[in-house]
Amino acid sequence: MLRFALRRFALIVPTLFGLSILLFAWVRILPGDPARSLLGQRATPEAIARVNEAYGFNEPLVQQYLSYIGALLHGDLGISIDLKEPVLNAFVDKLPATIELTFVALLFAVVVGIPLGYYAGRRVGGWVDTAVVSTSLLGVVIPVFFLAIILKYIFALKLGWFDTANRQSARIDAEHPTNFFVLDGLVTGNLGASWDALLHLVLPGIALGTIPLAIIVRITRASVSEVVHEDFVRTAESKGLSTSVINRRHVLRNALLPVVTTIGLQLGLLLSGAVLTETVFSLDGIGQYLYAAIRVRDYPVLQGFILFIALMYAVINLIVDLSYGLIDPRVRVS
Amino acid sequence: MTVPLTVSPIAPGGVEEAGESLWHGAWKRLRRSPMAIIGATIVLLFVLVAVLAPVLAPYEPASSEWTSLSTPTFVQGPTSEHLLGIDRWGSDMLTQLLFGARQSLIIGVVSTLIGLFAGAALGALAGGLGGWVDTVVMRFVDIMLSIPSLLLAISIAAALGKSSYALMIAIGVAQVPIFARLLRGSMLSQSKSDYVLAANALGLRRRTIIMNHVLPNSLGPTIVQATLNLATAIIEVAALSFLGLGQSDPAVAEWGRMIVSGQDRFLIAPWLSFYPGICIAVTALGFTLFGEALREALDPKQRR
Amino acid sequence: MTTRSTMQEDPTAGSEPPRTDPLLRVRDLSVTFQRRGQEATAAVSEVSFDVRSGQHVGLVGESGSGKSVTSLAIMGLLPDRGVRVGGTVEYEGRDLLAMKAADKNAIRGRQIAMVFQDPMTSLNPVINVGLQIAEVIERHRDKSRGEATEMAVDLLHRVGIPDADRRVHEYPHQLSGGMRQRVLIAIALACEPRLLIADEPTTALDVTIQAQILELLKELVADTGTALILITHDLGVVAGLCDEVHVMYSGRVVESAARRPLFASPRHPYTGGLLASIPRLDSPRGEPLQPIPGSPTDTLPWDEGNCAFAPRCGNRIERCTEDTPRLQDAGERSLRCFNPLHGGSRQGTGDGAR
Repeated sequence: MLRFALRRFALIVPTLFGLSILLFAWVRILPGDPARSLLGQRATPEAIARVNEAYGFNEPLVQQYLSYIGALLHGDLGISIDLKEPVLNAFVDKLPATIELTFVALLFAVVVGIPLGYYAGRRVGGWVDTAVVSTSLLGVVIPVFFLAIILKYIFALKLGWFDTANRQSARIDAEHPTNFFVLDGLVTGNLGASWDALLHLVLPGIALGTIPLAIIVRITRASVSEVVHEDFVRTAESKGLSTSVINRRHVLRNALLPVVTTIGLQLGLLLSGAVLTETVFSLDGIGQYLYAAIRVRDYPVLQGFILFIALMYAVINLIVDLSYGLIDPRVRVS
Repeated sequence: MTVPLTVSPIAPGGVEEAGESLWHGAWKRLRRSPMAIIGATIVLLFVLVAVLAPVLAPYEPASSEWTSLSTPTFVQGPTSEHLLGIDRWGSDMLTQLLFGARQSLIIGVVSTLIGLFAGAALGALAGGLGGWVDTVVMRFVDIMLSIPSLLLAISIAAALGKSSYALMIAIGVAQVPIFARLLRGSMLSQSKSDYVLAANALGLRRRTIIMNHVLPNSLGPTIVQATLNLATAIIEVAALSFLGLGQSDPAVAEWGRMIVSGQDRFLIAPWLSFYPGICIAVTALGFTLFGEALREALDPKQRR
Repeated sequence: MTTRSTMQEDPTAGSEPPRTDPLLRVRDLSVTFQRRGQEATAAVSEVSFDVRSGQHVGLVGESGSGKSVTSLAIMGLLPDRGVRVGGTVEYEGRDLLAMKAADKNAIRGRQIAMVFQDPMTSLNPVINVGLQIAEVIERHRDKSRGEATEMAVDLLHRVGIPDADRRVHEYPHQLSGGMRQRVLIAIALACEPRLLIADEPTTALDVTIQAQILELLKELVADTGTALILITHDLGVVAGLCDEVHVMYSGRVVESAARRPLFASPRHPYTGGLLASIPRLDSPRGEPLQPIPGSPTDTLPWDEGNCAFAPRCGNRIERCTEDTPRLQDAGERSLRCFNPLHGGSRQGTGDGAR
């Protein structure tokens, strides 16, 4: 098991390495001056000279690359041109917000998606099945930002059930030791703050969650409809077991295996969608940070973002892969 | 006393006639599939609208001069003159929507084609040549897959500046790894199949085998993937525009940007964002339905 | 029926004359499959037989004969949709086919149990074998998980799996095919059922393992006095194990007899053909094998005035394609044939004429 993990981890390194090369080349192969690309078309020659100096664009390429890698290995992802602060710090600061949102979205997708997929899978061809498949299809084709806007409009603006923006109401005074707002409330004993933070996650969570919802429904449905015909389900029936035991222990435990294996893939989609959702709901996560950076073409942030995401993505996928052994005994290497 | 043996005929029905090609069978199944019909109808409508926009639109589309003039903030809902209302620059919504289809179509199609050809070429090279070519290409693909595709597209588009071409290239490049993997996988699995072994044994040159046999067989799944990717591309175009990437001229109608500019007036004029959003969803739905129907039709294992 | 104790009968029941009222009465069982847009196919029709307490009955036939479908129908394991089941299956006087699901579930696993054909796919891959045995016990015998698991260990031991304490926590993929089949047998016998249905229990196994499994079955069934329905295509298997044999062809029973008379003098040409096709060690070298000509697909429909076996039958007469033979008593056996074989053992289908 450990060897497997190490091997997988070892594969990440060359990939990130390659990525860093591409990113390094990215700014420098763009048409025109790298400094000009960074500063925009209207930069003054003095500003350009300053940037060249600061970023070392005048030095030989190899040396530039080495200092770049050196900085990376020290955890230095660069400094935001716009905000003048280290990129890495900003990420670490804003990551919890994105994690909270992603978690809520995934939870929504699983809690709603698996039962729906299950009922559709048991009665393939029935009207439940058709209804479920159709609605989950909508989850795929409705752009997440559009859905976010609509949800915001209906439930926050029109009906007033929720706030329209931010992670927490302005009137709540709370401390944030972990920066996970929901958790913070629990940790500091301020349950009202936790609840408030949670409410702020409902609409964005649902909007973002429709993407994995569609996938989970589809896979659960396909998987259940196949597992139900397996021989071992027939064996279970021949034992006279109750339908709930058969469904739980025999059908679902096998049918859900493919669902879990796609969680890794869905994290990628969730991250992308988070960028869009955070901007609509003004949630202070890395998504919104990226959005702001795009608007001003803050390249260090973009570069740092890509590397950061790549690393995170790879680590999460690794963790998911390793946990297959927990759920599917056939995969375990004893 | 025995009676001459009479062997009963094979039960008719339920079996496809021998010798029917995959495409022929697929076409028959497509014709009968409601999903395919609805999807194809939407797709055709979309294409027609995009192509015929100048003809269909009741008014002239917005121009840069017009929008750079004073900004009338007065917007209006549906009236008899403007079926879908007016946007914040005073342009007719219906016209803008129709022309918006053009952007989506062009950018969507071009980017998918870029992804398709570049990706397929890479994948075919990797699968066909094997060895170090395969390793290098797949490493490259892995790098591109190391971040989610929309984020990749965002990064590329951000670097390329403000134009539609930026979007095309960005989304196209983001699709390359998908097609590369598809083609490579197809080539690898086919190289183990009997007919390739037979062709080899017959002495056919490798290139002939690939061009005349393997590639055509990969065509089906590739077309399915391209159709589904078109749906994704259309949504991604909108998403990138929403984030302010791509070209930002308010005169050029683009559904994603229309959603953005309508956002702050959502309370009083929800239709500004609503109509373009619906257009995106319906168009993407059309391609998705058709792509899925196509996939089912081409699947020889006909599961219900 | 009077109140029955759920305890098993005296394990030496085999030596006593069987009770007169049958444990299982199958009458006119029919199973018809109807796929969407296709014609209905009768997989099983007019099947009737009895199983008495402690008796061993064999159902023999090629693939497509309907023997497995019959067993699934008895257990109520056929799908709901697309299948029509007719006739009655009475277990201790109650019709299983007409029962509500709850009642059926009380009987399945407890009174009637089944051993399936393919040990590779008949076990749940993600839970350990101990639990798969224990869950039957938990369900029917009101035991806790711990107690049930202990009993599972005993059962594993009894079916001949060494190192049962360790094996009980293992997963199916860690066991060989033969061991998995033993686990399936353990599952079936966990609650000491009165009737065991074994559907081709050895077909998917290596030949050497086959013999072991059959021996095991024989032993266990004798120990517990369980009645047995053994389903197989292999007459050799039946010879060692069954008191009474029903030969099925194309969904209907074509011959029923006690073991000895059937093997000594088969009357139906199909039975004769099956026996003759078994290679013998003592036949002269170079003597050709005698298969039954044709294949199970060379069949005519029973309903339309035919004997389904006619195309492959060496005893065929004109009547065989003009009229449907009915199952009739013929001495100590039942027979469905217009022109049966007469006397002598092992007559092939080629020279069945008088």
